[in-house]
Amino acid sequence: MTTPLLEVENLKMHFPVKGGLFNRAKAKNYAVDGVNLTINPGETLGLVGESGCGKSTLGRCITRLYRPTDGVINFKGTNIAQLSSRQLLPYRQNVQMIFQDPMESLNARHTVGELLEEPFIIHGIGDRQSRQKSVAGLLDTVGLPARSATRYPFEFSGGQRQRIGIARALALKPELVICDEPVSALDVSIQSQILNLLMDLQREFNLAYLFIAHDLAVVKHISDRVAIMYLGKISEQASSEAIYAAPQHPYTQSLIAAIPNPDPHIKVERVPLQGDVPSPISPPPGCSFHTRCPQATDRCAVAAPELIPTDDQHWAACHLVGPRP
Amino acid sequence: MSPLLSVQELVTEFETDEGRVRALDGVSFEVTAGGTLGIVGESGCGKSVSALSVMGLLPKPNGQIQAGQILFKGEDLVAASNERLSQIRGAEIGMVFQEPMTALNPVHTIGRQLTEAVALHTDQAIPEQIATAIAILNRVGIPEPEIRMTEYPHQLSGGMRQRIVIAIALICQPELLIADEPTTALDVTIQAQILDLIRSLQRDLGMAMIMITHDLGVIAETCDTVVVMYAGQVVEYGSVFDIFDAPKHPYTQGLLRSIPRLDGPSKQPLDIIPGMVPSLHDLPPGCRFANRCAHQIPDCSGAQPAVEPVTNVHQVRCLRWQDL
Ligand SMILES: Nc1ncnc2c1ncn2[C@@H]1O[C@H](COP(=O)(O)OP(=O)(O)OP(=O)(O)O)[C@@H](O)[C@H]1O
Ligand SMILES: Nc1ncnc2c1ncn2[C@@H]1O[C@H](COP(=O)(O)OP(=O)(O)OP(=O)(O)O)[C@@H](O)[C@H]1O
Ligand SMILES: [Mg+2]
Ligand SMILES: [Mg+2]
Repeated sequence: MTTPLLEVENLKMHFPVKGGLFNRAKAKNYAVDGVNLTINPGETLGLVGESGCGKSTLGRCITRLYRPTDGVINFKGTNIAQLSSRQLLPYRQNVQMIFQDPMESLNARHTVGELLEEPFIIHGIGDRQSRQKSVAGLLDTVGLPARSATRYPFEFSGGQRQRIGIARALALKPELVICDEPVSALDVSIQSQILNLLMDLQREFNLAYLFIAHDLAVVKHISDRVAIMYLGKISEQASSEAIYAAPQHPYTQSLIAAIPNPDPHIKVERVPLQGDVPSPISPPPGCSFHTRCPQATDRCAVAAPELIPTDDQHWAACHLVGPRP
Repeated sequence: MSPLLSVQELVTEFETDEGRVRALDGVSFEVTAGGTLGIVGESGCGKSVSALSVMGLLPKPNGQIQAGQILFKGEDLVAASNERLSQIRGAEIGMVFQEPMTALNPVHTIGRQLTEAVALHTDQAIPEQIATAIAILNRVGIPEPEIRMTEYPHQLSGGMRQRIVIAIALICQPELLIADEPTTALDVTIQAQILDLIRSLQRDLGMAMIMITHDLGVIAETCDTVVVMYAGQVVEYGSVFDIFDAPKHPYTQGLLRSIPRLDGPSKQPLDIIPGMVPSLHDLPPGCRFANRCAHQIPDCSGAQPAVEPVTNVHQVRCLRWQDL
């Protein structure tokens, strides 16, 4: 057994909800509500779920952009969940984030060279000359020409900007990179370039990824294991193969059935999942999926199922799925 | 049988700060009555401009149709007056955009927006308008339509808003619905609901549709004919089976090969199309895809390849399609 790089236990991030119809100051948004997951060195865990289910919030808790309400984030054996910013400094070198729109995280008034040099300056690494050498190396790593260093982010296409975002995330040689929808805004032909780059870099630097996206086909392609998230909780987790070939949770089954197949010979008359995702401010009691679940029973409305092992390396949180025999 | 819509050699240009750009360069396609045409291609290739050109909704004065014809039931919309175009819009051609918020007025209730649309196209009295609005909300699957009528767009989820936009587009039972990325902003389970709705409406009303999307899955599922666009031109045109089973253009082939598939292997390198689309401000004289094409030969950079027939419906714009 490898020792996990990251172990998240019962992680919760509850945002206070201000105002609202009755000014209930006590209302909470249960954005992340008891998540357990592990990531091993050099491996990719994919995280899929519908808009608002808490994927980005979970990622931001792990990078400690947010201080979680409760729970444990063990990184190489140290619980960093509640550390102060000063205590977090070494952790921040080791855990980086890539965003959907790199422009959001890149200061548009700086040249690409300055942006890539910044992490070294913040962490007091190297002198001017060695830093610039590192910048040139980074550009080469992500497949951008050396002359890019003197240009500004707005001069680049979406795919190239994502390469800049990746270069910046890799500057300090992290062991874990949280990728939050890194290819969602890109054209299909550019998306595959970036996915290949991420897979190459993983092999070269033994990177571990938490890869967040809403496109299951993309996530399945890049991941070793996939976790499905619904209303702040993990509903199922399995290997990439098993999550598609043998999904156990009714939500995963519906999600897979909803994906249009790029093959005109397959014309499925599917029964779409009814209704919308409930609000994380007032999640349904019992199983949070029971309001939309085609197989829900009375029990599902009252008792919340635990995420239990249901097969080899397969976990599901559903009353209808029994524990591993 | 003559097609419902026939777009021929359409050229649309924009006046920009950096000079004039030709967003559509000789675009041709047809939509048959009751049929669905898909338009697919990279961001900026001209999908939305094609839709706006047909609807007569190009931003004035910067956007202009410079050449070509848009024959709708035999009438050339390029030559039609603004009055005539606004008559056709909504009554005979409906439109649904990607972001439902832009199509809805944030300060008016759903009820008001629907009844106004009914009033615009019928001479119903107010109680009848309300009844029509409620009936159509029922039809697009909005629960408790009476309550929804009193609400504002921001009080509804994205999927509900898109249903409302579809409801408004359908009030006059158009013969053609143009849907520009109608589900791109939605989650996949909500997308499935909306695609299902569009399909059943199409079946019930016999409406034709242009489905604009970059999602090849949505194309395969909803369309019978497909236009593949690249940098302002149609590079391939054919039945959905021609395009998916026997694509002839290297761009179409590359696109189909580069998408990760649910039933495919994990952690394998994907086929890629290297490089990126040329800027409309700086187009090569020859084939626009040549700089990314694995099969390019010197001739490709010479002159624009012509559109050649593969079969009587399947067409391709590539010098080398027969060798590949
Ligand atoms: N900083 C914040 N303050 C308050 N509420 C927040 C904050 N960030 C997120 N939320 C809320 O938490 C919930 C989960 O949001 P989150 O952004 O994590 O979802 P997501 O799964 O990443 O969705 P998407 O697919 O749309 O990116 C949402 O209800 C959101 O409104
Ligand atoms: N109002 C405008 N002024 C100037 N250029 C424009 C205008 N609208 C569109 N264009 C240009 O026309 C080209 C085609 O744009 P269009 O919006 O049709 O792309 P698209 O295929 O719909 O892309 P996307 O997938 O991103 O929606 C683009 O290069 C765009 O920059
Ligand atoms: Mg997010
Ligand atoms: Mg568009």
